[in-house]
Amino acid sequence: MDVVNFSKEIRRNTLRCLHSQGSGHVGGSLSIVDLLAVLYSKHMHVDPADPKMDDRDKLVLSKGHAGPALYATLALKGFFPMEWLDTLNKLGTRLPSHVNVNLTPGVDMTAGSLGQGLSAACGIAIADKLKGVDRYVYVITGDGELQEGQNWEGAMFAAQKRLDHVIVFVDNNKLQIDGATQNIINVEDIEAKFAAFGFDTQRVDGKDLEALDRAIVQAKSAHNGKPQCIVMETVKGKGVSFYETMGAGVHSTTVTDEQYAAALEELK
Amino acid sequence: MELRKEYVGELARLMRENDKIVVLDADLASAGGTKALYSEFPDRCIEVGIAEANMACIAAGLATRGFIPFIHSFVPFVTRRALDQIAVSVCYSEQNVRIVGFDPGVHTTYNGGTHMSFEDLAIMRAFCNIAVLDIVDGVQLRKALPYIVEHKGPMYIRFVRKQTDVMFGEDYEFRFGKADKLRDGKDITVIAGGTMLFDAVQAADRLEKEGYSVDLLGIHTVKPLDEQAVLDSARKTKRVLTVENHSIHGGLYGAVTEVLSANEPTLCDAVAVRDRLTQVGNLADLKRDYALAVDDIYSRAIKLIEHK
Repeated sequence: MDVVNFSKEIRRNTLRCLHSQGSGHVGGSLSIVDLLAVLYSKHMHVDPADPKMDDRDKLVLSKGHAGPALYATLALKGFFPMEWLDTLNKLGTRLPSHVNVNLTPGVDMTAGSLGQGLSAACGIAIADKLKGVDRYVYVITGDGELQEGQNWEGAMFAAQKRLDHVIVFVDNNKLQIDGATQNIINVEDIEAKFAAFGFDTQRVDGKDLEALDRAIVQAKSAHNGKPQCIVMETVKGKGVSFYETMGAGVHSTTVTDEQYAAALEELK
Repeated sequence: MELRKEYVGELARLMRENDKIVVLDADLASAGGTKALYSEFPDRCIEVGIAEANMACIAAGLATRGFIPFIHSFVPFVTRRALDQIAVSVCYSEQNVRIVGFDPGVHTTYNGGTHMSFEDLAIMRAFCNIAVLDIVDGVQLRKALPYIVEHKGPMYIRFVRKQTDVMFGEDYEFRFGKADKLRDGKDITVIAGGTMLFDAVQAADRLEKEGYSVDLLGIHTVKPLDEQAVLDSARKTKRVLTVENHSIHGGLYGAVTEVLSANEPTLCDAVAVRDRLTQVGNLADLKRDYALAVDDIYSRAIKLIEHK
C-alpha cells in the first residue's frame, strides 16, 4: 500500500474505532494520521510479530488521547486483529481511549495525562544508549499540551544529555478543548522555544506526506548531539470536511452512523 | 553508620552485580549520598536537576526497557511533587521504579515546614500495586536492598539519611511484607513503623517495668501489610496502639485499622501527627510537640490498657 492510501486507510479505521463507541477524540486523532502513515510506512523499525523486539524504534504518543489513530495504524500493520478496533473503551478492552503500554501491542509508553511523554522518551533513549541499541525514539505532543511545564523540563534534559535520537513532533492543530490555543495560552513561537532549549527544529506542513518524510529523514540524520523537533502545521479533524470545520468541539465529538457513513464517503 | 552510607555501599555492590540498576537524582545526590556512585557508574547515574516530575517519567521510560531505576529526593519532592507522574507513568504503567524518599516526617528537622511531609505514606499507599517501605535502621536498609532490587512493580522507600540508633544486628533477616516481632506480650499490641520503633521499644520497657507485657511489632512494609501478624496479635491482646512518624490519616494507623475493623474489631489508638502543620525544630522538640515521644507512646498505651 502506498503512503497516500495508507493514510486514507488509517483515517477510515480511526473512525471505525471511534464509531464503535459512537464518540471520542476525533479531532486530535485525525490530525496526526498523515504523520503516522509516513512513520509507519517508511521509518518505524518495528516487527508486528515481535512488538517488544529490543532493537526497535519507539513511539511515545504523549497526546495519548489520539490512541484511536495509533490503534488503526498498528492494526493495519498487523500488530493485532482489525476486529480489536471495534472494542474501544469497552470494559476489559486492549484499546483504551488513552494509550497504555501494557495493554496494546506496539504501544511503547502509557500516556494521557499530558506533558509526561517527552520525559519518558528521554528515559527510553537513555536506556537504548545503555543497551547499545541505535534506534530512534519518536514523541508526538499536541500544541496545547506544550502548556504543561514538564515538557520543558524534558526538553532541557534531552538537550543536556545530547539525546539526538529523540525526535519530537508537535501536532500544531491550533485548537484545544476550550478554544483556539493562541487565545487560551499561546504556545508560539514553538520552533523558537525548542531551539532556545537546544533542539534542532523544522516546521512542515503536517498534511504533506512528502514534506513529513523529508523532515524525518533530516532529523534522523542529524546525529549532532541535539534532540530534534518537527513542528507540524495540521488541522484538527483532518480529512473529513465537517470535522475540519467544527472548531474546538471536534476535540471530543460524536461519530454517529450518519457521520461515519458520510466520512467514509469522503475518504473513498 | 549513617544510613546513606549503608545505602550507597550496598547499592554499589548490587550495581556491580546487576547492570540494570540505574540511579537518578534531582540535585540532591550530594545530600543523599548517591554522589559517591557517579564516578564508578557514570553511565548509570543520571543527574536530572531540580525536576522531580521529569525524573519520575524518565525513570518510567527506563523501566519500560528493563532497567530498575532508583529515583531520589527528600520525601515531599519525590512523592507529592511528582505525584501524577508516579500515578500514571509509574503505577498505572506498572513500571519497576524505586522511589526513595529521604528524611521522612519529623526527621526533616531544620528543613521542616516546606520540606517536611506527614502524608507520604497515605498518598503512596493509595496507589494500586505499589509497595511501601518505612525503614528503621541501616542494617535493615542494607538487608532490604537486594530484595528492593528484585521486587516486581513500583516501590516507595522512606528512610533517614543520617545516623539513627541501631535496632538490628547482623543476623537480621529482612522479610518483605512481614512484621518484625520484637516482643511477645499479652496486655497490649504496639505496632511501630520505621524509626518510631526505637521509641516504641523504650515505651515498652517502661510498660514492662510496671508489670504490663507488650506484644511489639515493627513494621517496615506498610504495604502490603502483614495482616496475619496484626490480626494474631490483636486477637491475643484486644488492644492495639500504632506508632508512626506520619499523619494519623492514611498511614500505619489507617493500614492497621482497615484490617482490624473488617476482621477483628479491636480497641485502637494511634501515636501519630494529628492534623498539624509542618514546622522546623530539632528532633526531640518536634517529637514532643507532635506528641510522638516515648512519653506519648507510654501514656496512650496505659490509656488503652486501662480502658474498660
